[in-house]
Amino acid sequence: MADAPFPTPVPADLGPSGAAARPGVVVLTAHPQMEHSRINRRLMTAAQQVTRRGAGVGVGVAVRDLYALYPDYLIDIAAEQALLASAELIVWQHPVQWYSMPALMKLWVDEVLSFGWAYGPGGTALRGKDLWLVATTGGPRESYHPDSYNRYDFNAFLPAYRQTAQLCGMRFLPPLVLYGAHRAGEPDVQAHLDHYTQRLASYPHWGELDTLLYDIVPPVPPDTRPDDTAALTPFGTN
Amino acid sequence: MAHGSWLSSALIYLAAAVLAVPLARFLGLGSIIGYLGAGVLIGPWGLKLVTSPQAMLDFSEFGVVLMLFLVGLELDPRRLWSLRKPIFGWGSAQLFGSAALMTALAVSAGVDVALAGVAALGLAMSSTAIGLGVLHERSLMNTTSGQSVLSVSLLQDVAAIPILALLPLLTPAATRAAGGGWLGAAKALGVIAAIVLGGRLLIRPALRWIARSATPEIFTAASLLLVVATAALMQAVGLSMALGAFLAGVLLAESEYRRELETDLEPFKGLLLGLFFIAVGMSVDFAVVLAQPLRVAGVVAAFVLLKAFVLWAMGRAMPLPAPERPVFVILLAQGGEFGFVVFQTAAQSGVIAPSVASMLVAAVAISMLVTPLLLVAADRWLIPLLAGQTRRTLPELREPQNRSVIIAGFGRYGQIVGRMLYANGVQPTVLDIDAEQIEAMRKFGWRVFYGDATRLDLLRTAGAASAAVLVLAVDDVAQSIEIAKMVREHFPRLTIVARARNVRHYFELHDLGVGLIERETLDSALMSARSVLEQLGWERHQARTLAMRFRRHNVDQLHRIAPHRADEAKFIAASKQAREQLEQLFAQEREQAAQRRQTSGWSADDPAPAPPPAR
Repeated sequence: MADAPFPTPVPADLGPSGAAARPGVVVLTAHPQMEHSRINRRLMTAAQQVTRRGAGVGVGVAVRDLYALYPDYLIDIAAEQALLASAELIVWQHPVQWYSMPALMKLWVDEVLSFGWAYGPGGTALRGKDLWLVATTGGPRESYHPDSYNRYDFNAFLPAYRQTAQLCGMRFLPPLVLYGAHRAGEPDVQAHLDHYTQRLASYPHWGELDTLLYDIVPPVPPDTRPDDTAALTPFGTN
Repeated sequence: MAHGSWLSSALIYLAAAVLAVPLARFLGLGSIIGYLGAGVLIGPWGLKLVTSPQAMLDFSEFGVVLMLFLVGLELDPRRLWSLRKPIFGWGSAQLFGSAALMTALAVSAGVDVALAGVAALGLAMSSTAIGLGVLHERSLMNTTSGQSVLSVSLLQDVAAIPILALLPLLTPAATRAAGGGWLGAAKALGVIAAIVLGGRLLIRPALRWIARSATPEIFTAASLLLVVATAALMQAVGLSMALGAFLAGVLLAESEYRRELETDLEPFKGLLLGLFFIAVGMSVDFAVVLAQPLRVAGVVAAFVLLKAFVLWAMGRAMPLPAPERPVFVILLAQGGEFGFVVFQTAAQSGVIAPSVASMLVAAVAISMLVTPLLLVAADRWLIPLLAGQTRRTLPELREPQNRSVIIAGFGRYGQIVGRMLYANGVQPTVLDIDAEQIEAMRKFGWRVFYGDATRLDLLRTAGAASAAVLVLAVDDVAQSIEIAKMVREHFPRLTIVARARNVRHYFELHDLGVGLIERETLDSALMSARSVLEQLGWERHQARTLAMRFRRHNVDQLHRIAPHRADEAKFIAASKQAREQLEQLFAQEREQAAQRRQTSGWSADDPAPAPPPAR
């Protein structure tokens, strides 16, 4: 259970240009077998190399490889929240596993997006930010159809994502999905990577962004929060 | 050198050494016995090939000087300063404790007080040559007992100066004035200051200049010249040559030429020390021994036993690990070179009668002869009893290796690392210095080499220049630090993954720039703590999470209290404060969780997730 002997610095690495500049974009990537990844690893590397315009000097993108940072599933909640607070765009980049996210990504959601911080009374830390899902699927696009084995359109699996964003007061941007990732040809992959990095670099100047409105966040009564008796309270934030 | 030409005496000495030493090693007796035996054999009481050993004794004493220079090279001033307590504390305890006991015994046996005092001081001195020689031969220099032997030897070197200076004052007739007095002391101080300043300011640039000439034999000559000049300076003002050489070595310990000096002087030291032991063997005056065998035997037995008693008590009080105590005791219990000098000076100045002096010299020489034999006996019977294993040596690793991982130390810790690596198809080069352990491991099919990882050449042979990772898992803290230091200096690209025996060790490794350090008991102890919480009713997953968070905070705090560790009182206060903070943090959190459950309304019939901690 030995994790890195020196704890992850807080706040975490803020891109190549140094800690002083705020990146504005935080990419959380999760792949339990990054060593076997074809697409997600390249997406992650591409994101690390993005330099964003319009933020004065070139500012990078903060990329958090969750399985590398927390191989023992012990998430540094304070560090994660500090980084999120500095972001305008939060990207979840992961392969779709059983119609959902990898286990550590889900644990990250459970622990970092906590009651009283991300939602509920006083939980306004993420209000006005954007959440963007960048996913890959094993099944081809055709399989996400009532006549095929995945039975549903891909969007039918997204209400939980959508609602998570909504409850935190974030916009849920249209997901970027690469279907049939392990069979995708190199030209398609390259085009996908280009599109991804171009988007990261140009945020928030996307054409369709102005048409997306923030929903009104419904109030959450204090006693209707989910059971967190087993969940963790981050040190120093409560 | 009674035996004619230079060539024939070289023939005798070299032939005796070449024949006797391998034979002694083959018999498992160690090289020192071989040299001593060779000396007895060719000496005036053996084959009479050499009849006046004194000249050779004087000449070869330079081997001891070289050895102390090399010992000094291994100790930079900071480490020497950290040894000040053992040197002055334990060193004085040994010297004056033993001398006082021996004087008391002699006086109670009816010996004159002045004679008893001088004899006791002379006999309380130990043989630096044997002590450090054996430590070196067995690679024990960096163990706790090794450092203790060194400390005591150093104090004896220091103490020899006033003892030799005061001897003439004991003379009833005061045949010699206490020559010079203040002037002598001033001269001595001046020479020491010259060595210290010269070592710091002059020698390093000089060595750099000589090294640039790129003539290896001139660098060797310069190394020898350095030691000879230091020794000559010290002798000129009546100080210990060995002490001066040691001082010069310490001053050069931080220089970039440390390794070169070591490699250049090592063979000279080895040969001269060998000659020195041969000379000691030759100088045992068997006429005195045969004239009064019982008396000599009684003196030897009494003084060795008394010294051993004092040393054993010291070993317990320090404390030294039990299996290391016999070596510590045996290496310091014999008489030494200084004894010879003390008795000769005393005889010359008339403090003791010449017959008594030669009897005492014989006793010292015999005790030196007996030391290696005692060591062999302790190895065979006593140490296994104390440690449950014997310590032997095996052929050392010689063929160069080129694996990507080197494991230094294949004991309880290294083995687990190694097994995990093997299980994943990584084949490390494994080094250990415990022969028993290696043979046991080899029986189980492990490929383990015998080799002392504190040695640069051996690490190089093991592939340190090309490997990616060194797993530093040796038991001994001092050796671990030594290896880490050497690797950082000579193989900066080799990543060290280290085992820390304790927090101090952790800090020391951290200071050397080692990033991947694990305290050896932390994780297994935390697993036990988890089991305890589970037994008290905590859910397994919560126990796991609490243990891991405890670990993270514990490591954080370690780094926070690190700056205070030089000051023990502050360090303890900071540690205490850190522990209290951690406890408060966890308590606060439990309270908050309890409060939230109350306000969230559905806790009434909810079973408590964790029982309150039992006090």
